Amino acid sequence: MMIETPLAGSTILSIDQLGKVYAGGFEALKSVSLDIKSGEIIALLGPNGAGKTTLISIVCGLVQPSSGRVLVAGHDITTDYRVTRSLIGLVPQELTTDSFETVWNTVSFSRGLFGKAPDPAHIEKVLRSLSLWEKKDNMLRTLSGGMKRRVLIAKALSHEPQILFLDEPTAGVDVSLRKDMWAVVNELRDSGVTIILTTHYIEEAEEIADRIGVINHGELILVEEKRALMAQLGKKVLELDLFDAIEEVPPALQAFNLDLAANGLRLSYTFETLESGANAISALLDALKEEGIAFKDLHTSQSSLEEIFVDLVNQPKTTSTDAQGVAP
Amino acid sequence: MKTDSKPHSAVAATRTEISMMNFYAVLAIYKFEMARMRRTLLQSIVTPVLTTSLYFIVFGAAIGSRIQEVGGVGYGAFIVPGLIMLSLLTNSISNASFGIYFPKFSGTIYEVMSAPVSTLEVVLGYVGAAATKAIILGMIILLTAAFFIDLHIAHPIIMLLFIVLTALSFSLFGFILGIWADNFEKLSIVPALIITPLVFLGGSFYSTDMLPPLWQSISLMNPVLYLVSGLRWSFYEISEVNVWVSLGGVSVFLLVCLGAVYAIFRTGYRLRP
Repeated sequence: MMIETPLAGSTILSIDQLGKVYAGGFEALKSVSLDIKSGEIIALLGPNGAGKTTLISIVCGLVQPSSGRVLVAGHDITTDYRVTRSLIGLVPQELTTDSFETVWNTVSFSRGLFGKAPDPAHIEKVLRSLSLWEKKDNMLRTLSGGMKRRVLIAKALSHEPQILFLDEPTAGVDVSLRKDMWAVVNELRDSGVTIILTTHYIEEAEEIADRIGVINHGELILVEEKRALMAQLGKKVLELDLFDAIEEVPPALQAFNLDLAANGLRLSYTFETLESGANAISALLDALKEEGIAFKDLHTSQSSLEEIFVDLVNQPKTTSTDAQGVAP
Repeated sequence: MKTDSKPHSAVAATRTEISMMNFYAVLAIYKFEMARMRRTLLQSIVTPVLTTSLYFIVFGAAIGSRIQEVGGVGYGAFIVPGLIMLSLLTNSISNASFGIYFPKFSGTIYEVMSAPVSTLEVVLGYVGAAATKAIILGMIILLTAAFFIDLHIAHPIIMLLFIVLTALSFSLFGFILGIWADNFEKLSIVPALIITPLVFLGGSFYSTDMLPPLWQSISLMNPVLYLVSGLRWSFYEISEVNVWVSLGGVSVFLLVCLGAVYAIFRTGYRLRP
């Protein structure tokens, strides 16, 4: 049977009202809906226990869903599991490797397990791209943690998946290796692979993701294009260094909610969005001129994704209706 | 890490071929499990050869010389089928239970559970390898025995059938045990407390004719007695129970184990929360 993979930009993974209640009664996922387009990189953010790994585990076949439906390239993960799992590669969170196997054997094993004929040339390509070629005959127990992480990625890529799940791929990995992995992720995206990653590192999501999903308490709070998210929710701060110190903010400027700092030598103006901020800045600068307040320098700074994330997860829980409204 | 090349261009393929049966997965699991045996070749082969030799020296030569023939067969020859059955049962169970328990323990089971493999393919890989190892060991014991006694096999095909059916069904049993066990103690408790006593009390080293009538009746409730008896019949045409009853019994046990494994994968018991 030949399976056609959706063209870039069309939906490759469709999650519809997915729920999971574990045997002990813990509700790990609450009616999560999400569509993922072919070729995109989506980062799922959320605190520990939010439901990120449960979501990934259901799609990959490791956990049984309690309710809802998941389609991969239009095929149901339960009834057409052979098709859907063939299209998926998974890099798990834990460094789980067979200690006494060699790198070459364990990666070749993965390819066979996913139903692909042996292809030493492909295995060599994958190992070389992950700088594992020199280690191909080493036993896994002799490798460092970072190297083992690469082996797990190599195993997931061994059967040429169309969708790659990276569950906390850079947890416990040093900065250099993390940046190397981002480069590999970008290469994979360039070759048409859809990538879904979970991470605690906001910097990681900010660096490589096209879209960001935030999960908290088993609910998908928000899914948004990264740039749009930062533009919508990011706060910008305009700081003005004054020539002469002032004792208090003049009454004419009260409407701007300015903060006075640095012994009266710095005014800070916080605004919510780029669009409204742009107009407000003009108004503020005009008002400063009218008040005769001169400044010698100014600079702006934007809140990071991390600050946005912390704000989101600390908000009171949204209703599922709200979450549905935000997620596509 | 090289980032200037395009190493994964193959992943951009838009058509993926899906086979009805994942033979590559069966082969991958089978080869992986057999590689474990190769890594411990000394332990896998030398240990049973040494143990069997000790049995022959102690039971065959030292004690056996003082025991008259049993059912017209010398005592050394009489215990050969029992020794093979002892090895088959214990090795089938330990190979298969460890084969599936260890990936569960280490976490590497995630890969098998997320792979496009059916219950049948997983079982063929793990149980096939465990049974193969047990059969190889059974044959090694048979060859070792040939150094000590003049072996005669009356029905080699029936002998092979018994060995293969026993190895398969008890490997399946071991596989179920490995899935059920959630610690190493449980993994060893069933072989140590149930299987070994059943084998020793199942007529491996004696004929139930030697027991008082009450114990003869009780022994008939021991399933291992039927296995040992059937295998012994294939060697010397002497048995405690009808050989076809023995063959039927082990076949039913095989089907029961297959049904249990199917139910385990269907419900996700201890494998898929």
